[in-house]
Amino acid sequence: MEATSLSRTPLYARHVALGARMVPFAGWEMPVQYAGVIEEHRAVRTDCGAFDVSHMGEIHVDGPTAHAFLQEMLSNDLDKLSDGDAQYTLLTNELGGIVDDVIVYRLGHGAYLVVCNASNRAPVYEWLKEREPRGCEVRDASDEYGLVAVQGPRAFERLGLEDKPAFTHELGELDGIEVMVSRTGYTGEQGVELCCAAEDAEALWDAVLARGAVPCGLGARDTLRLEVCYPLHGNDITPETDAISAGLGWACALDTDFTGAQALRRIKEQGPARRLVPFVMEERAVPRQGMQIEGGGEVTSGTHSPMLDRGIGLGYVPAGSAAPDTELVIDVRGRPRRARVVTKPIYRKEQ
Amino acid sequence: MAAAESYPDDLKYHPEHDWARIDGDEATLGVTWFAQDALGELVHYEAPEVGSSISKDASYGEVESVKAVSDIVAPLSGEVLEVNARAVEEPEIVNEDPYGDGWLIRIRMSDAVEVDALMDAEAYKAHVAEQ
Repeated sequence: MEATSLSRTPLYARHVALGARMVPFAGWEMPVQYAGVIEEHRAVRTDCGAFDVSHMGEIHVDGPTAHAFLQEMLSNDLDKLSDGDAQYTLLTNELGGIVDDVIVYRLGHGAYLVVCNASNRAPVYEWLKEREPRGCEVRDASDEYGLVAVQGPRAFERLGLEDKPAFTHELGELDGIEVMVSRTGYTGEQGVELCCAAEDAEALWDAVLARGAVPCGLGARDTLRLEVCYPLHGNDITPETDAISAGLGWACALDTDFTGAQALRRIKEQGPARRLVPFVMEERAVPRQGMQIEGGGEVTSGTHSPMLDRGIGLGYVPAGSAAPDTELVIDVRGRPRRARVVTKPIYRKEQ
Repeated sequence: MAAAESYPDDLKYHPEHDWARIDGDEATLGVTWFAQDALGELVHYEAPEVGSSISKDASYGEVESVKAVSDIVAPLSGEVLEVNARAVEEPEIVNEDPYGDGWLIRIRMSDAVEVDALMDAEAYKAHVAEQ
C-alpha cells in the first residue's frame, strides 16, 4: 500500500517517536502496538491506558430541526437525552441494516455531535447530508479535533477527574488544555474520551502519558472490546446485518419511527433466523473472521483473550444454536475445533 | 520479555525465517528472531504430530500472535521425533528465547545434503537486512 495515500492523525509523530508499529487501518496510518498487545491490554484492565482515536469521525448536526432529524435517522430514542448526555445508537437503513454504530452527544438545544467509526466517516456524513432537512446543518468536523481515549480502573484517578456516570460529557480542562470529557469508551473499563482542538492533540497526549497512562494501540483496542462483546462495524455489524440479529435491539426504540424501524419490528416479531453470539474456544485455537461454524454460521471477529488466555470470538449462528452453553464447531483452517456459546460479556472482572 | 535481536553462528537458516541446529542425522528446528518479532507475542503453536514427515520448504505447523497466523516452513525434510511441549503450552517462550527454550520440533533428517542449501548466519543477516 502506498504510504502517501494514508491519512495521519495529529499524533502520528508521537507514535513514531514512541517506537509504535504503524499499520494501515481504515485509510489511516495507525499504531497497532507500542510495547506489545498483551502488555497494553493488561495495563487497561489493571491500571490505565491511552489510545489515539483521532481517526474517528466527528459530525456536527445543528439547527432547530436537528433533533427531529436525528430522531428519524438514529435507532435509539433521542428524547431521552438532556444537555450533557451521550447515547449509543445506530444509523440504520430502510431494511434495518446498520450503516454505522455511533455515539451521539447532546451539546445543547439543537446542537448534536455524532462520533462515528473512522472507516464510515464518509458514508455517515453523506447519508446524513443527503437527507439533511431545512433548518439543520450537517458538518464533517473530523479534521478539527484530536481524540484520546483514556481507559482503565485508575483512569479517573490518574487524570484527576471525578467519577461521573457513564454516557455523560462536560467541557473541562486537563493540565491547561481545553477538552470535552466524555464518560465513554470501547474497553469495558471505566474511563473517558477526551476531545480537543487538533492543534492541542500533542499537548493533550503528552499530558495524559505524563500522568501515567500507558500508550496502547489498535491491537489492544480490538482484544479489549472483544472481551466485553462490543461489536465492530465492518466485522460483526454491517449494512447487511440488522440490529435485532446482532443483539442490539436494546439500542433500538422500536416504538419510534426511525429509518428501518418497520423492518426491525417485523424481524423482532418473527424472530431472527440467526443471531450474533459470543463464544469461547474449548480447544487450543484462535478463531478468526470468516471462519465457518458448523451448521451454517460464521465467525465475524476472533482473537486470543489475554485475560482468559483462550481463543474468543463473535459469530452469527442459526437461532437454534444461539443459547448459552451450546457447543459450536469452528473450521480452523481445515481443523474442527470446539467452542461454546457464552453470555455477554466474555470477560467479566471479578468483584 | 522479548529477546534481543540475534542470529547465532552455529545455526543454519532458511529464507522463510526458520533455523536448524544440526546434530549428526538429527536437527532441532525453530523460527528466527526476525520471524517472532514480525508476528509479535505468540499465543498459539499448532504443532505437527510426532512420527509425521515434514518436507523442506513446506509448512509443518502454524504460529499465531494476537493479530496474525503464520505457517512454519520446514528448512529440512525428515521425521518428527519430538515436539516442544512447553512451546505448545506457553508459546510466548518462542518470543523470549527463540533459539533455546523456544525451539519447535526435533527431526531425523531424511536427506542430509539439504543442509548445504541453507544459509549461514552471515548470509541470513544479509537476507533480513533486505526485508
